[in-house]
Amino acid sequence: MIEEGRALFLQIAESIENSIVDGSLAEESRAPSTNELAAFHRVNPATAAKGLTMLADKGLLTKRRGIGMFVTAGAREKLRAERRAVFAARFVEPLMVEAATIGLNAGEVIAMVKDRAAAVGAQS
Amino acid sequence: MNPVVRVRDLVKAYPSGNALDGVSFDLEANTIYGFLGRNGAGKSTTMSIITSQLFATSGTVRVFGEDPYENPRVLGRMCFVRENQKYPESMTAAHALRAASLFYPGWDHDVAEQLVADFRLPLKTKVKKLSRGQLSAVGVIIGLCSRAEITFFDEPYLGLDAVARQIFYDRLIADYAEHPRTILMSSHLIDEIAGLIERVLVIDGGRIIMDETVEEATSALTRATGPTAALDRLARGHRVLERRTMGSAGALVFHGIPSEAASETASHAGVRLESVGLQESIVHRTAAAATATGPELSPSSMEGALS
Repeated sequence: MIEEGRALFLQIAESIENSIVDGSLAEESRAPSTNELAAFHRVNPATAAKGLTMLADKGLLTKRRGIGMFVTAGAREKLRAERRAVFAARFVEPLMVEAATIGLNAGEVIAMVKDRAAAVGAQS
Repeated sequence: MNPVVRVRDLVKAYPSGNALDGVSFDLEANTIYGFLGRNGAGKSTTMSIITSQLFATSGTVRVFGEDPYENPRVLGRMCFVRENQKYPESMTAAHALRAASLFYPGWDHDVAEQLVADFRLPLKTKVKKLSRGQLSAVGVIIGLCSRAEITFFDEPYLGLDAVARQIFYDRLIADYAEHPRTILMSSHLIDEIAGLIERVLVIDGGRIIMDETVEEATSALTRATGPTAALDRLARGHRVLERRTMGSAGALVFHGIPSEAASETASHAGVRLESVGLQESIVHRTAAAATATGPELSPSSMEGALS
């Protein structure tokens, strides 16, 4: 339940997951090493290693002996599916709580979502 | 686990009271420790005794399984960067670095040269003419470049500006990643080093009050803000360390993490939960430890601890 100030290794794991989801870290490519992550995030190498291990345990990274960790084939789709599953709870629910607090009904929120989606679509 | 340093029941008695009052802990190989505590808590005394620069009144110290006293086999594998290191009058920074390079077989000349440039350390100036920050830079360079298996940094940042401290932290991580070793660093800039360290040792009043991983330390306490009635329900059964209220809303810091169900109920009642950062956790728990042993601490002894 605690959302803020999460453990550093989780934040590091999440930053790698983000790179996989947005495609900047391609499948089958080499993931950053423990030491690279430690230097980049300015954390203890043990913390960085823990983040990598977590992703390996989830099957998102695969260890190749002597070379390092690589993004597993299918990791991106796996993460996208995982995030779709929690999208409603993580984003829609707080949205509706705030909407209710300030007196917006679901219809009004939907109209706003469509309006914004059009604006974002026009930009990209 | 086979600790590289083992400290048991260390007591250092002075006429004014015990600087150390039964200190026990282990240091594991290849780990960076934060050694934290208020001024006068016993950090420097502990490090001085482990490196055999000060005698304990009682208790034992083992370094690599041996007594460090006048023991060159273990003393040469340790480096102690003192906060108030004294150098001979006529010595320059170049002399100090050269002396250290002769003493430590693993000395890295390239890193030393790079750090001298990064810290803009004047090598030909007499050490006694160096500023506080430049003196600290000399210590930091010696501590890092010695590559000693066990390195003690006692408030290594004194007088270093923010840029220089970042150089130190970055170089420490990079060098440690390539050459893992045991590092014990005392610091008051807790949040600044929170990411660098794996474990925290907190000493207060000459006793170790926390010996745990940073993750354990930062997940030990919870902060909750929201309507006071809901807060009270949530905190039931938890030890409350801080309570602030403003009208019908309030903020609590308490020991432990509420159950999933309790968190859910609280959040529906408008309570927001957060974890507490390392620095704040240590402040709360040090204060709690002091209250627990309250009657022993007279106001005058507190003053002594603050000076």
